[in-house]
Amino acid sequence: MSDRGEGGVVSLRGRRSERSQTTARELAHLSDEAVVALVARSDEQALAELYHRFGRLAYGLAFRILRDDALAQDAVQEAFLGVWRAAGRFTAERAKPSTWLLTLVHRRAVDLVRREERRRTEPLQAGTEPIGREAPDEAELATQRQTIREALRRLPAEQREAIELAYYGGYTQSELAERLGEPLGTIKSRMFTGLARLRDDLGEDTRVEVGPA
Amino acid sequence: MDNGSPHELSAAYALDALDGRELEAYETHLAGCEQCRDDVASFRATASALAYDVDLPPAPETLERRIISAARAERPNVVPLRQRLAIPTAAVGAVAAVAAIAIGIWAIHLSNSVDHQKSIRKDQKALIDVLSDCTKTPTEGSSGAVCVAPTEKAVLIADSLPAASPGKTYEAWVIAGKRNVQPAGLFRGGAGRKYVLLTKPVRPGTTVAVTLEKGGGVPAPTTAILLHAEVKPS
Repeated sequence: MSDRGEGGVVSLRGRRSERSQTTARELAHLSDEAVVALVARSDEQALAELYHRFGRLAYGLAFRILRDDALAQDAVQEAFLGVWRAAGRFTAERAKPSTWLLTLVHRRAVDLVRREERRRTEPLQAGTEPIGREAPDEAELATQRQTIREALRRLPAEQREAIELAYYGGYTQSELAERLGEPLGTIKSRMFTGLARLRDDLGEDTRVEVGPA
Repeated sequence: MDNGSPHELSAAYALDALDGRELEAYETHLAGCEQCRDDVASFRATASALAYDVDLPPAPETLERRIISAARAERPNVVPLRQRLAIPTAAVGAVAAVAAIAIGIWAIHLSNSVDHQKSIRKDQKALIDVLSDCTKTPTEGSSGAVCVAPTEKAVLIADSLPAASPGKTYEAWVIAGKRNVQPAGLFRGGAGRKYVLLTKPVRPGTTVAVTLEKGGGVPAPTTAILLHAEVKPS
């Protein structure tokens, strides 16, 4: 608790600044849940803080799915606006804010990719973007990435394929069945078995998150 | 045709791999299947972990500003930063209604996570609890407000009280009468807005006040009241 005052004071300075990011970091000591609660109070600064924590990841995800800067930005914006609109109904006990936000980003990106028929599944060229240099949670992000990547690698190839094509490619299960020339039931069970295995591998709580500890 | 168990679809659903009628049918099923809702919640968490396996191109610099502007535009009465506790009452339109439905479905689908709950810092939670359901009374003397929850827990919001000089502290008081003045928390002040979770319940008809006292606080106020708010009887 870096910014704790005496006697139960929590400082949430509301100074407006030219660069909202600078201002946003004044909420850096709050938990993700607390930030979402402030977003529910129409607090722009809290929205900016949320962006600071997850914007880059959200954009990375949207961009991976959409392969288009403008569309990726649209998806991220819609997801954050979704949080803005509905934060008051978010129940902290039921999910991590990061899961919620990333789910919104994913859903939006997948909607767009289906509409635009832009989906591509080949990976970006290796090393397109160096990880490093910006936010302090870079190292943590890299670790998370390594963790999930290794877990994916441990999956049987066909389960991994189904999950990756669905999640990063935006394919529906029916499209996958067609594309892979397999019965729909096979695709369903690959996704289910693979995702269940991934869940167990990552730990039940899937404790992958960024933001301040 | 596939006749697999609908339970199996929780994974596809969490991966957003259902659409059209499949999606509708599954959401109907979900409404009556607690097990599926639990599965979806945990699969959502797993699926969102996949988001971390992406290259991270720097997000465009303008995106944050764009989001904030759009957010502001959606709620014309959005509380500016300095009064952000005001409760927005504007309808946010059809788009928001859709989002509300989406979040409703979302909330139903997610299960409890005890660990997660534990991670919420207690004092922040108390503060947020109050702020998320409270009645606000503006202060007089200096800009601010007192927000009192139905539980009588209260948060004092002080805007722009200059930082207390060394050896001094602001002290909040809950005043229920001349002989009933209780110390209710210390704070430093300083630029911007301060939120002070008061240590005493604030009942209707009492007054919350702030004075500047010597460091460490005093049992009863010794200086002039800098700001105060009388909480109306309900």
